[in-house]
Amino acid sequence: MAVMNMIDAINSGLDNMMARDEDVVVLGEDVGYFGGVFRATAGLQEKHGKTRCFDTPISECGIIGVAVGMAAYGMRPVPEIQFADYIYPGLDQLVSEAARLRYRSAAEFTSAITVRSPFGGGIFGGQTHSQSPESMFTHVCGLKTVIPSTPYDAKGLLISAIEDNDPVMFFEPKRIYNGPFSGYYDKPVEPWSKFEASEVPEDYYKIPLGKANIVRAGEAVTILTYGTMVHVAKAVVEEHGVDAEVIDLRTLVPLDIETIEESVKKTGRCLIIHEATRTSGFGAELSALVQERCFYHLEAPIERVTGFDTPYPHSLEWAYFPGPVRIGEALDKIVGELTS
Amino acid sequence: MADENSKTNLPPLSLHVPEPKYRPGDPVDYSDVDIPKAGDQSRPDVNSDPATMRDMVYDMVRVLDDDYKAVGPWDPKLPDDTLLKMLKTMAQVRAFDDRLHRMQRQGKTSFYMKCTGEEATSVAAAMALHSDDMCFPSYRQQGILFVRGYPMVDMINQIFSNREDKLKGRQLPIMYCSRELGFFSISGNLATQYPQAVGWAMASAAKGDTRIAATWCGEGSTAEGDFHSAMTFATVYNAPIIMNVVNNQWAISSFSGFAGGERTTFAARAAGYGIAGIRVDGNDPLAVYAATQWAAERARTNNGPTLIEHFTYRAEAHSTSDDPGAYRSAQEREEWPLGDPITRLKRHLIHRGVWSKEQHEVLDKECIEAVKIATKEAEKNGILGHGLHQPFETMFQDVFEEMPWHLKEQSEQANKEREIKWPS
Repeated sequence: MAVMNMIDAINSGLDNMMARDEDVVVLGEDVGYFGGVFRATAGLQEKHGKTRCFDTPISECGIIGVAVGMAAYGMRPVPEIQFADYIYPGLDQLVSEAARLRYRSAAEFTSAITVRSPFGGGIFGGQTHSQSPESMFTHVCGLKTVIPSTPYDAKGLLISAIEDNDPVMFFEPKRIYNGPFSGYYDKPVEPWSKFEASEVPEDYYKIPLGKANIVRAGEAVTILTYGTMVHVAKAVVEEHGVDAEVIDLRTLVPLDIETIEESVKKTGRCLIIHEATRTSGFGAELSALVQERCFYHLEAPIERVTGFDTPYPHSLEWAYFPGPVRIGEALDKIVGELTS
Repeated sequence: MADENSKTNLPPLSLHVPEPKYRPGDPVDYSDVDIPKAGDQSRPDVNSDPATMRDMVYDMVRVLDDDYKAVGPWDPKLPDDTLLKMLKTMAQVRAFDDRLHRMQRQGKTSFYMKCTGEEATSVAAAMALHSDDMCFPSYRQQGILFVRGYPMVDMINQIFSNREDKLKGRQLPIMYCSRELGFFSISGNLATQYPQAVGWAMASAAKGDTRIAATWCGEGSTAEGDFHSAMTFATVYNAPIIMNVVNNQWAISSFSGFAGGERTTFAARAAGYGIAGIRVDGNDPLAVYAATQWAAERARTNNGPTLIEHFTYRAEAHSTSDDPGAYRSAQEREEWPLGDPITRLKRHLIHRGVWSKEQHEVLDKECIEAVKIATKEAEKNGILGHGLHQPFETMFQDVFEEMPWHLKEQSEQANKEREIKWPS
């Protein structure tokens, strides 16, 4: 065991996989000699060589496109898109190519690629370094979407993603790279080293895709969330003294519907939290699924707490962020239904 | 700030919207199209610096002259049997296209695309590659499959989307795929295969393999970002790849001017990237073979990528879904100054004394007969929309390697609907 923050854990997962499997290659803008703008690929080029970890031109279409070609050759590329906000020039290669190749070739060709990309706000990144575009990818059949919330999960899920024979979108909540986040931007960040989830094996291990994690068991309400918002939700729950069951989904596609269903049927209440914009966000899908499957167990309307339907503002970042106030109000409302 | 008064005497700005020279009914005169003399083009060493061969992107490699003789340094000097195979393969492709096009008109499938007039750009090119080099084609390179021996009946099964369709009825007709023959799955989204081909070539180089990649797109799709991303990656990593631009003058109804063809050649794109570029007479099978052979040797010896523009003409419609009579002059095809690739190779072989008009007539009949037999065989497996399709549940397979719960649920739903829609 070593103490790792989320960057260390991702780096360790990449390192393990590159050592285990010669077909694993890492490519992206600034990932080589420099080791990535967030340092997630630091040391990999030096250790594994320039043809295993290398810089690319600034062309997301090219990065994803060549990764699809490398996968067709038989490699297992792990392209990094420097910020999720930059991914759009590569969208056609993901949506029309990587995601559909297995289907359209009747499995003669596959796209075993894992696209890593930091996402989400809370670092004063402005509108082009803060977006949460996950629901654009969950809408695409043939793509898996994974979002870790701790160093331990990040490594275990990344290894599963790399070994998966289908294309995986691996979104890393960059706000919590260094430590979990309570939602109070004016409080100092506590480093991961103070938390148990920073204890990460240096060796290979896996966390299966499609399995949610109940991070807090409770009876009063089910909270469905992922990424940064897992930590914000936990903090608000404690603050409000609500006996909530907090579920970290970890994988959006394939979704762990069993865990969700079981929990909502138990609590009869459901709050969905994500940082992404509200309209057509993944929360809409979750809300529909819970309604379809748990309607007769529900004792209150399902609530969604999300980012607003605006671009991510720079100066008003903390007005935008779905923090303790927005979550607290929703929680009071949904749990308040109990007594009203 | 520039003085506003200085602008007052200028004419107003005007927007240039390209317009082809000839529209339906217009007489066609190609005398302004510069066709260099066959044999006049020098052949640089395969390890030449692209900077020393930039003139080639404006010139045109030609081997067959007006008397159907093979001339000049680009003559690949192929043995008779290779040339006969080339001729026969192109003739077979044309016969196949004619019949399958008719099958679509008869309602046996939804869609078809011919490559008439462009056969050399895939047949001669594929023959100059090694059989295990990887091809990332666009939708008009069926010739590659014929060269590599893909059975016609399998192609027709795919076109009919029937129960023997290896792609399980999932793809539009002619969007073939054969991993075994190094033929990548064709995408309907244009030029996406370009960066993929470069990625494959990069992987091959990284692995110390000996295989190279080749890809094809039309001149119209060179406007896609993917084309330029691919060119950048190809030059940056010196990828062992041949990038073919089949300039057949028309992208559905848009002439090459809408991809920038009014300003420069498509081969000239190579110069800006520092990539070797060759412009070739795409209706001259020997020139296509020679250019591909040159580029393949260059790639295989770690001398990097080549862009080849095949200057040719799309003799027929884009697909079964458009009528070229509505947007271009029918005379274009008749007047095309580079002739027809099959006719030119046929006359060359007759000139060589190894072929005759009579033999060619027999060949044409044999080709038609072979397609007829293959079509009948394929029809036994069903035609589109007549029940003999793939099993229902295949619709949900291969979205992922393992079927997740939501697809299992949807598959059950589809099967229930089936019982209601088609009670047996």
